[in-house]
Amino acid sequence: MSETADDAGQRRKDVASGQNGPTLSGMRVLVVEDDPEAVDYLTRAFKEVGIVADHAGDGDDGLLMASEDNYDVLVVDRMLPRRDGLSMIAELRGKGLDTPVIILSALGQVDDRVTGLRAGGDDYLPKPYAFSELLARVEVLGRRKSAREAETQYRVGDLELDRLSHQVRRAGQPITLQPREYRLLEYLMKNADQVVTRTMLLENVWDYHFDPQTNVIDVHISRLRSKIEKGFDTPLLHTVRGAGYMMKADA
Amino acid sequence: MAEIGLGRNRIPRSAEDLRRIVKVRWKSLRSRRTRASVLAKVSALTRTTAVRLSALYLLLFAVCALALVFYVTAMSENLLRAQVKQAVDNEVQLLGQAYRNGGITTLVRVVERRSRQPGAALLTIAAPNGDILTGNVESLQPGVLDHQGWTQIPFRYQRYTDSDSDATHTAIARIIQLPNGMRLLVGRDLGEPERFRGLVRQALAVALAIMGLGALAIWFFVGRRALKRIGRMSAASRKIMAGDLAQRLPTGRSGDEFDRLSQSLNTMLGRIESLNEGLRQVSDNIAHDLKTPLTRMRNKAEAALASGGGDEDYRLALEETLVESDQLIRTFNALLMISRVEAGSSAAEMSPIDLSAIAADTCDLYEPLAEEEGMNLAMAIEPGVRVKGNRELVAQALVNLIDNAMKYAGDAENTTIRVSLADDEEAVVLSVEDGGRGIPSEKRDDVVRRFVRLDESRTMPGTGLGLSLVNAVMSLHGGRLALDDAMPDEAMKGLRVSMMFPKKVDA
Repeated sequence: MSETADDAGQRRKDVASGQNGPTLSGMRVLVVEDDPEAVDYLTRAFKEVGIVADHAGDGDDGLLMASEDNYDVLVVDRMLPRRDGLSMIAELRGKGLDTPVIILSALGQVDDRVTGLRAGGDDYLPKPYAFSELLARVEVLGRRKSAREAETQYRVGDLELDRLSHQVRRAGQPITLQPREYRLLEYLMKNADQVVTRTMLLENVWDYHFDPQTNVIDVHISRLRSKIEKGFDTPLLHTVRGAGYMMKADA
Repeated sequence: MAEIGLGRNRIPRSAEDLRRIVKVRWKSLRSRRTRASVLAKVSALTRTTAVRLSALYLLLFAVCALALVFYVTAMSENLLRAQVKQAVDNEVQLLGQAYRNGGITTLVRVVERRSRQPGAALLTIAAPNGDILTGNVESLQPGVLDHQGWTQIPFRYQRYTDSDSDATHTAIARIIQLPNGMRLLVGRDLGEPERFRGLVRQALAVALAIMGLGALAIWFFVGRRALKRIGRMSAASRKIMAGDLAQRLPTGRSGDEFDRLSQSLNTMLGRIESLNEGLRQVSDNIAHDLKTPLTRMRNKAEAALASGGGDEDYRLALEETLVESDQLIRTFNALLMISRVEAGSSAAEMSPIDLSAIAADTCDLYEPLAEEEGMNLAMAIEPGVRVKGNRELVAQALVNLIDNAMKYAGDAENTTIRVSLADDEEAVVLSVEDGGRGIPSEKRDDVVRRFVRLDESRTMPGTGLGLSLVNAVMSLHGGRLALDDAMPDEAMKGLRVSMMFPKKVDA
């Protein structure tokens, strides 16, 4: 929600310079949305970061196109003509299709979120949203198929996180973290090389689904950063302006 | 007997009269208005509760009356029949005496004499072949004389005295076989019990007819009165629906159920009116609080365009516009959330939640920020406190309170924000204290309302909705929000905001 013109530009430059290249280019997204202006904005924005975006104008078309199962992520508006988003998702899940779905909704309240996820959605984003937020979530969902969930060790550069012993080491030296800091780092490393927004961190580390109004998350990040980067030359935890954070070993 | 005859003649005549009267009135009704409208009115009447109830009562009463009448007639008939039999037995005894004294000739003489006396007694002596020899019976239903003892069922006979030869009567009798083969019949006419039964039935018919007419009249008047009052109430409610919320339903002085209904509806209308007034105030506030940033945004964009500055100026203006619109979206979201919470739409997602964990998590979330701002976030959290609630909403409310505390804690160095959770006797209290200026007691009710911000805080960032949301969340949880001084004895009184959750009743 806090993307500025500058940040969007910065983000696109990053992509153009190939920073996000391997993740995004070639990813296929289906946007199911009936507002032509929103569709236009989304498909153009996706194209700029190298994502192929198709679109369907109503729930029936969306169901038909999504059934072909050649999309990495579905972006589905909740209120659609002919067939609403939730029933479309439920139908897809009933057919055994497990393409990750992110639901967009103008409702955006706590209980709507719950019904959305119950219907088979994987993520929920209330309107209006910043494109950077949507992009970060699409990235994470699109990558989920590679199942990092099963890995017992995450590694970014010379930073290692052992998920079994909860040990964190950088260049072989142990780093002591508070439990919350550990979970923060774990989530960041699980989604290494991807932008993670503040809202995503609040959702996944604290399990709160509201808008972090102040810079609460930033302070946690800077504490974590000082622990994993103090005394080392190469930064690993990068701030992506206006979007969020990214764990990345500088190549 | 005379009365019975009269009654017999009168009833059919008056029923006939009634029919005629009804027919005439129906015709005159038809001439005045269409039959359909009358039928509509009648059917409207029959739909009133009073009419339905009285119809039910009428039916019940009629059934009871019928049962009673049948009981009474059956009982009295039995009684009469027993009397008749007694009289017959007496007669038989008397005749038996005569037979024993003087044989058949005396018996015949006595029978002849007694049968000439007026009365209901039947006396006959018949030959063994069934021919009637003497007595006051001219002919008998065949087969009556065949069996000795009491006749099983009433039989028909004709008397000599009958002027009309077709007239038959019914009677019961005792048949006695005499030693010489002749038969003696001693009986009594049953005309009297039958006339009695007829009388009772007619009385019943009359009573039922009167009852029916009375019920119709009562239906008409009661129903019409009810319909009239309902009509007045409907008219008033139509006016209210048309938008005149100051309108009230008419109430009478009788204090009956209609008046009580009107009174409680009027109380409800008063409440709706005051809520509506509140809503109007809120929308005025919304208009003001949303228009202000919108105007600011518009002005900035206009100024940037007019200045004709370079890319850098445009970029700056656009960035400012984004910041403003984010703030607006936040305000909208907060407003929506409050109204959703107030409407109770999250009620379905209430479950037992660990309040201690929520408080600890939230403090954990805010502790680094507080430290960064040079504040101290202290916790006094009783472990394992559980209430029924919505985790997200409670956490959001607590975040709002900590946020407020950090904003208004004053510029004092090393100020402490205290978050405490206690399972007290009468409530579970989750409170946030700060060491700021506090809120004067007379303004505490105001700050909970939407968009109300005290003058001192106008310059601070914020939507003016934080406490309203906390308040709405507490109402949803059946609890309340309490504001008081954190340190009443100090110059900086501070503020303690407490979320009071109700104790679990079923714990």
